[in-house]
Amino acid sequence: MSARRRLSLGERLVIAAPYLWIGAFFLAPMALIAKISVSQSVLARPPYRPIFELSDSLADIWAKAQTFTLDSYRALVSDTLYLESYLSSLTIAAVSTLITLVIAYPFALAMARAPERLRPILIGLAAAPFWTSFLIRVYAWIALLKDEGLINNALMALGLITAPLQMFATTGAVVVGIVYSYLPFMLLPLYAALERQDPSLREAAGDLGASPAQAFLRVTLPLSREGVIAGALLVFIPAVGEFVIPDLLGGSETLMIGRTLWNDFFSNHDWPAASAAAIVLVAVLMIPLLLWERARLADEDDAG
Amino acid sequence: MSAPLLSVKSVSKKFGAVVALEDVSLDVGAGEFFALLGPSGCGKTTLMRCIAGFESPDAGTIALNGDDLSGVPPYRRPVNMMFQSYALFPHLNVFENIAFGLRRQGETRDAIDARVNELLAMTQLSAFGPRRIVELSGGQKQRVALARALAPRPKMLLLDEPLGALDRKLREETQFQLKEIQRLTQTSFLIVTHDQDEALALADRIAVMRAGRVEQIAGPMEIYDRPATRFVAGFVGETNFIEGRLDRNGAAALITEYGRIPCEPGNLPDGAQATLSVRPERIGVARDGEGIAGVVENFVFRGETTLLRVRVASNIVLRAAASHGERHAIGDSVRLSFPPGAGALLAEER
Repeated sequence: MSARRRLSLGERLVIAAPYLWIGAFFLAPMALIAKISVSQSVLARPPYRPIFELSDSLADIWAKAQTFTLDSYRALVSDTLYLESYLSSLTIAAVSTLITLVIAYPFALAMARAPERLRPILIGLAAAPFWTSFLIRVYAWIALLKDEGLINNALMALGLITAPLQMFATTGAVVVGIVYSYLPFMLLPLYAALERQDPSLREAAGDLGASPAQAFLRVTLPLSREGVIAGALLVFIPAVGEFVIPDLLGGSETLMIGRTLWNDFFSNHDWPAASAAAIVLVAVLMIPLLLWERARLADEDDAG
Repeated sequence: MSAPLLSVKSVSKKFGAVVALEDVSLDVGAGEFFALLGPSGCGKTTLMRCIAGFESPDAGTIALNGDDLSGVPPYRRPVNMMFQSYALFPHLNVFENIAFGLRRQGETRDAIDARVNELLAMTQLSAFGPRRIVELSGGQKQRVALARALAPRPKMLLLDEPLGALDRKLREETQFQLKEIQRLTQTSFLIVTHDQDEALALADRIAVMRAGRVEQIAGPMEIYDRPATRFVAGFVGETNFIEGRLDRNGAAALITEYGRIPCEPGNLPDGAQATLSVRPERIGVARDGEGIAGVVENFVFRGETTLLRVRVASNIVLRAAASHGERHAIGDSVRLSFPPGAGALLAEER
């Protein structure tokens, strides 16, 4: 490592900017949520106690802090609704991530191996859905999936079915919605990983007797691991906490933590319970991310 | 030579409007060390990629042991290639890189272990089996690439600029290793290089290529001493091109404005305009006596020789190498002598 030197003020400001951003827009709100999660639910506005005031003396703050409670966290464990919501969210997100990966991989491969001048166009097309509102695209799926929607009408017109298939308002519809909405987030990191690969590695595998299928399994796929992991995280993490898609496309039986949280906040006005559920969700999602980051850094240390 | 191992017949290949190979024919024998030598863009790498199966010729045939290879995919060809970039698999360690081809052949675990260890020993990498590729130096990577390509016992090994990425000192050392490994394994080596010294040092025979065509195929000594064309003479080593008129009366010689230069006339007729290629070190340099008179214009010390630029006529400068120990100064008068057979008469340019 080069010798340490004092950083100039400008350098300090540049380095501070991302930390300030994270502090203001992630850590501060998280601290508020954490504080609400240990507060007590009351019928008032806002519906929790204690509330800290700027005029509080240290003694006031200490007295108020005495009323903090872990009741909301205990409720999370005792009420099976939360556990079921977590498990169901994780399952739906995992299944959706897997399907997204299976669909995106061949696309990414084809993009990475397309002629160089076509690639920017293909990337543009992959990102094209972002040009319309996310909400509108999810609503469009309702028009496709509902009982008298496009798909059912087409199938009935062809005589393949006599009664409409129940597709709308099912967990399946939620998976379809998540796969559709998050596909670009899987596609782009996969493409980046595959495009970086030296084509001579594939040639070398073929030269050494590997059929195209073997060359893919032994060389291309393992070398795209970083892209697979990045894409899977980019899909899985937001999918677990997804609210809009299950709310619009899911049925009454579709249990996802985002909806449960929403109900607690807006229907039950139990902010402490909802906050505790949110804190636990963040912890659940952070742990695999941190483990992966650690493994990756250890890998790089080895390489260095 | 008995029936050739590799037989390339009238192979042509175009990329769009660019001609990469035009009517290329050559044979490589079993156990031979053969070099494709030429400047970049001469088609030598394209020819190698056609032999490996990564490109297919537009016309002509490539046969190995008499079997036509057209339509045979790379993974079914009994040739292996050592890539210029080495193309080592970064996710596999040294051992697994070398074992890659053997595993595809479905060999037993014991056979694979034995073969990989044999190659690790041959390339002086015995302690490096578990190493990751990123932990290796350039020279070590080069040896892993060689071992990996040799592991499946190919009938022919293709080497694309195998020493190109090494520094000068390592390159010379590796040349000896490469030659030794070729001798030990009795495998045909086909090497692609733009470095004439490398081709001369390594190969049993050299094909000099230019703009998609083969200019000359011959052993290193013949390529150097009897270049067939002006291009070969100029590309391989340093030379003087001496223009003149052939005089076949008595001892044949080339008549120039600055004197008679003895030469072997070949089958050119008396009085023909001809070009003689003479290497600087074949020209004798003396202070006086017989020979063509000239004046030292400048000189470059090269270690074992000193290269002199000698003006022999108002518009003609010849390069001559004086041996070690002879001292010359700018402005010295010298005599240049040409022993019979010192030069090669060149065919007309096509």
